[in-house]
Parts: sequence; C-alpha cells; structure tokens
Amino acid sequence: MTLQLLALAIFDGVAYAALVFLVAVGLTLTFGVLKVLNIAHGSFYAMGAYITASIGGAIFAAGFSPWLAFPLMLIAGALVGIVVGGPVEKLLLSRIYELEDVLQILVTFAVFLILEDVQRLIWGGQPFFESSALQVLGTVDVFDITYTVYQLILLPMVAISVLVSLRLFLRRTLMGKLILAVTEDREAATSVGINAERVYFVTFVIGASLAAFGGALASATTSVLPGMGADMIVLSFAVVATAGLGRVEGAAVAALLIGLGRSFAVYLWPEIEVLVPYLIMLFVLLIRPEGLFGTTHPRKI
Amino acid sequence: MMGIRNIAAALAMTLMAGGAALAADKPADLKVGITAFLSGPASIFGQPAKAAAEMIIKDMNANGGIGGVPVKAYYVDEGAGGEALLAEYRRLVQNVRADVMFASISSGNCNKIAPLAEDLKILNLMWDCGTQRILEEKKYRYVFRTQANAAPEMLATVLYLLKTKPDFKTIAVVNQDYAWGRDSWHIFHTALKAMKPDFKVVAEFFPKFGAPDFSTEISRLQALRPDVIFSTAWGGDLETFVKQASQRGLTRNSTFILPLAESSLQGFGKALGAGHVVGGRGDHYFLHPEKKNNPDFKKFVADFKAKTGAYPIYPVFHMSQALAALKTVYEKAIAANGGEWPSHEQVVDAMPGLTFAGLGRPVTIRSDGQGIEDQLLGTSVVVDGYDFPLMDNMMIFDSDVITTPVGKLSADWLKTLTPAFIDRVPVKTYSR
Repeated sequence: MTLQLLALAIFDGVAYAALVFLVAVGLTLTFGVLKVLNIAHGSFYAMGAYITASIGGAIFAAGFSPWLAFPLMLIAGALVGIVVGGPVEKLLLSRIYELEDVLQILVTFAVFLILEDVQRLIWGGQPFFESSALQVLGTVDVFDITYTVYQLILLPMVAISVLVSLRLFLRRTLMGKLILAVTEDREAATSVGINAERVYFVTFVIGASLAAFGGALASATTSVLPGMGADMIVLSFAVVATAGLGRVEGAAVAALLIGLGRSFAVYLWPEIEVLVPYLIMLFVLLIRPEGLFGTTHPRKI
Repeated sequence: MMGIRNIAAALAMTLMAGGAALAADKPADLKVGITAFLSGPASIFGQPAKAAAEMIIKDMNANGGIGGVPVKAYYVDEGAGGEALLAEYRRLVQNVRADVMFASISSGNCNKIAPLAEDLKILNLMWDCGTQRILEEKKYRYVFRTQANAAPEMLATVLYLLKTKPDFKTIAVVNQDYAWGRDSWHIFHTALKAMKPDFKVVAEFFPKFGAPDFSTEISRLQALRPDVIFSTAWGGDLETFVKQASQRGLTRNSTFILPLAESSLQGFGKALGAGHVVGGRGDHYFLHPEKKNNPDFKKFVADFKAKTGAYPIYPVFHMSQALAALKTVYEKAIAANGGEWPSHEQVVDAMPGLTFAGLGRPVTIRSDGQGIEDQLLGTSVVVDGYDFPLMDNMMIFDSDVITTPVGKLSADWLKTLTPAFIDRVPVKTYSR
C-alpha cells in the first residue's frame, strides 16, 4: 500500500466516521442518562433525512438558494427531536423506566417499527436524492482524487464541533450539570430537588435531534429510502458497544476506529467490508467487555 | 315401451353430451395470479409493472377479453418474503383457482416457484426473473419464460462493449452483494474473456445490497482509473452509486457499463452524463427505435406517463410480453381445439413454439420453455427537452444466436465463444 492510498483510505474513513459518530453520539447520550437502549433512534435518523430531502427538493425546485439546505438541516433535526422524540419520551418511555431492560428495548423496537411504516405512509417506497447542499460546496482534488468538500471537510468539522459543544454543554452549563448529576445517581439528584423527569425529557430530545441531524446531513450524500434507519441503528449499536455504553468521547473514537477499519478493508480486502465494524466490536468486547471507555459499576442492591 | 331404436338414440345423446364435455366450459373470467414486488427496494420494478398490467388488461377486456372471456388479475406482493409468497401462490392456485400464474421478479422466488408450479400442474410464466439456470438445469412442463435470461442479456452487453470500445485494457466491477450481482458478473466475465483475452480486472467490489455510501469504492476507483466500470446494480443502489460517482467526477474518467440502467435513466437526472453504456434487459426502451412511431406504442407510452407520472421501463415491457403470451396462447389453443375453450393441459401444450409481441419485438418460446427476446443497448446522451439521459448509437442484437442453445449450460457454452463470434451476431444499429 503506497502512502497515497494510505492517505486516501484515511480521508474516506474519517468522512464516514463523522456521519456515524453524529448518530451514535445521540444514542449513547440517551443510554447514558435514561439507561434505555433506544432502537427508535434509527427512525429519527431516517426521518431527519426524509424531511431534509423532501422539503429541500421542493424548495430548491421552486428556485430557492441551495444554501438554505444548511439551516433546513438544523431545523429538520430540531423538528424531529421535539415533534417526534418529545412525545415518544413523554407518553411512552416515561412510563416504563422502572421496568426491565428487555421490555424497554421491546417498546422502543415497537416504536421503531411503527415509525418505519409511518415513513412509508408519508414518503412512499421510492428513493429521494437531494444533494444540493453537497454540490453547492463543490469539490477538492487531493492526490489526483476528487473529493467533495462536504464529505471531506464539512462533515468532520460538524462532528468535531458537536463533540466539543456536547462536552462544554455537559460540563459548563447548568442543564448539562443537572444531566450529569441525574446520570450519576438519579435518587440522590431527585432528593436534592432536581427534576429528573425534565432532565430525561431534555436528554431524549437532544439525542433524537442529533440522530435526525445526522440523517439530515447524510441525506445530501446518499439516497433516502426505506430501511436506511435499520442499517444505521445496527451500525450505531456497534459503535456504542465498542465505545462503552454512555460514553460520548468514546463514541467519537469508536466511530473513527470503525470508519477507518471499513475504508482500509475496501482498499485491502473488499470482501470483508461489511464485517469490519462487527469484527472490531467483537475484538474490543472480547478484551474489554465493558467497551473501550466503559466503566464497571458496582451493583446496587 | 321403449324400443331398441329409442335406447340407441338415448345412448347417442348421452355420448354426444359426453363428447361436448371434453371441451372445457367457457369460464366467467380468466384468472391470472401475478407476483411482483409491491413493497421494498424492488418495488421500483413491481409498481410500474402492476400499473402496466392494469392498463393492458383493461384494454384487453374492453376489446372482448381473450376468446370472449374477460381477464381478472390477482396481485401478490413478493416483498412480503419467500414463505408468504409461496403460501399466497398456493392459495391462488388451489382456492381461487387461478388459470395461469405470472411469477416472478426475483430469481430467488422463481427458483422456489418453478418446482411448486410443476407440482400444482399450473401454467407459470416467469415474466421478469433473470436467472438462466432454472430452465437449463431441469426440464419443466408447466414453466415458461416470456423474456430472455441473464446469459443473453450479459452476452449482448459484452458484444456492445466490444463493438463500441474494443481497445479497453482495464475493467472494474461494482455489483450488489447477492446472487444477481455475483452471477451477472460471472457470466459477463466468462463471455468477455472468451472473446477478448487481453484485459485486466483491476478491482472487484461487492458492496452490500442497499449500501447507502460508495465513497470509499469511488476513491479507490479514481486511484485505479479503470477504462470501464461494470455494474449490474439497479434501483436505489444504482442511482446512489451513479450520483455519488458523478459528484466526484468518476463518470468523466471511466466508461460505465450499466446493463440495467434503462430502468433508472429517469432517476439519474443530470448525473450520468453522456458516453456510458445503458441496457434494459431486452429490447425495452420508451423510445424504442423500431416502435417509437407506432401509434399504439405511442399511445401506450403517453397513457402510462399520464397514469404513473413516469415513462415505462423494462418491467412494463416484460409485463406486456407475458400478457401478450397469455392472449396468444389461449387463442392458439382455442383454434387447435376447434374453436372450443381449451383445457388447461391444451393451453400448456400450445406454449412451446408460441410467438407473441408485447410492446417490443416479437418473442418466441423455445422447446425448453425459454423465450427468445432480442437485446437493445445504447450509449447515454444528453438531449434538450429531457431532464434525464437518453440512448444513442443503439444496437438491437438478434437473440437466436446469443441465447444459450437448448440443452447446454450457459456457464459452459459461453466459454466456447471466440472473438469471431462478435461478427456472427446479426445486429441492427440506430441513432437517436
């Protein structure tokens, strides 16, 4: 493998990792706080993509500037988080926090299936392709290979800024500190007057918004079609499990690991490309069952 | 008292009645069960085909149906999965008493249905699936294919490539990772190697079915710069691949060979650009050079566009062929039965040797049940007035010569081809 190919594989891996990270970080945040493994996360991702692609397609066709795609992505993310994610937490999840993990997973799985069908109902089975946002940023040549600025530069930058702002939000703001307190010990936090229900709600909406925002960003690079949510949720689980459940920074490292693993596989041994994320997960979990950055919790009686 | 003469007369009456009963009674309707993907990624094929079936059947019934009997269609969704499909298939044959079945789009489903149809003794027209193996590896009485199969489709693609770009040196493949993706590349590669020994395969990619992102493959292909890139992908996968490739400039550096792209042309929009090889699994194209001025053809295309919002693609043509076969075979069997309604077995007997024409050129069913369907390929071109690419430099290959002979396996027969074969195939060339 020449130095050029090495560099190319790294670029491809980083661009891919950025997208995966945006989705996985929402999943891991939700799990860290709510302790619910939310399978419906994949639906939020798909809905963010669908909304961006369909509304974007309509307004660009009507002659509006393609630059509007970027604010549209933010709006789509927030919209899905609040309008879809909000009620899911308030009406459904908030009633089952006391129940067994398996039941919680089943409930979120049911929500996932329902939302999959809702997507078919609204957007049908035909693929959407709306890449104005990607085209407006143009391309850049690196080592004679044409990359899109969107994938090579914008996506990794967005991923890094999400990581940094999440970190600042959790450590420096009141709401962030409340979230950390509830994560650490819900009972103690409640006893000192923290409204844990509200913290759960806000966290869930943020997590769902991040998934939808990830979908919105992905929509410019790919076809938006039924089933995209299922693919992403499986991959996100691999990232989150590799990182250690609930670890925000860990998700970044794991996403990078899996993104690079996948792109090197395409260069060196394309046959195993789809296997790579799970091989990495398997390898990590064999050595560290709690994940790369996970911590073992003493069991409370 | 009944005389001997009366008894004889009564006996004769009974015999005559019995004789008349040999011809089946004319049914109230002719029931056709049609399996197609109505959900899932392959519904991009199934939905237009269903729309076409509805249009053609409505038109048929308005003109007296088949032998005076109206056609009634029952649709089954292949997207519901293999087990559900087989159960529905049985139900249609045994409970609803379907007269003929059309199955199916997926080769995997055809593989399962062919033996079932044989067991149920029901005439089954494989109206769209591509695998050549079913009719090559086993002899069926009730199973026929009203279209070509993967072998002539891929062979025609090789011929087109060798006629238009004979000097290419390197090739890469990007196919979906499932039976069709693997098989089609195998057939294409075998035929190509037999007719052009000096080329190099520089990369073989089989991204998973439904892959949303081909960025890494595209980077790799840009570094390798193959002369041609072959892909039998279809639907969302093909659209995604072509659009991502075009965004990154790959479509400017390499010639794409896309044997199924006719079905995605309208989805490509500005992405594909000019100079790439487009096929449509037969002579299927809404601007078919021999048909585009035919009033019936023009009317169908316009009606279809008005009904569905899109131009017809190859599954529509395949459906028109299966329905044409249905009408023609019943008419043939009725004629052979002295004008009486034929029994099911008589209809099955009439299938081999049947010639019928759907929207494209006529198709003939061979003794092994395989249809001989000519193959049209062209080169993409950007034209004013259409917001998607059209085809230019079209060639229609005569399929008598390029369909694997009866009794031979494609995998073996393709290896026996030589470079001289290229000029032996009758071909007609058309520009736009």
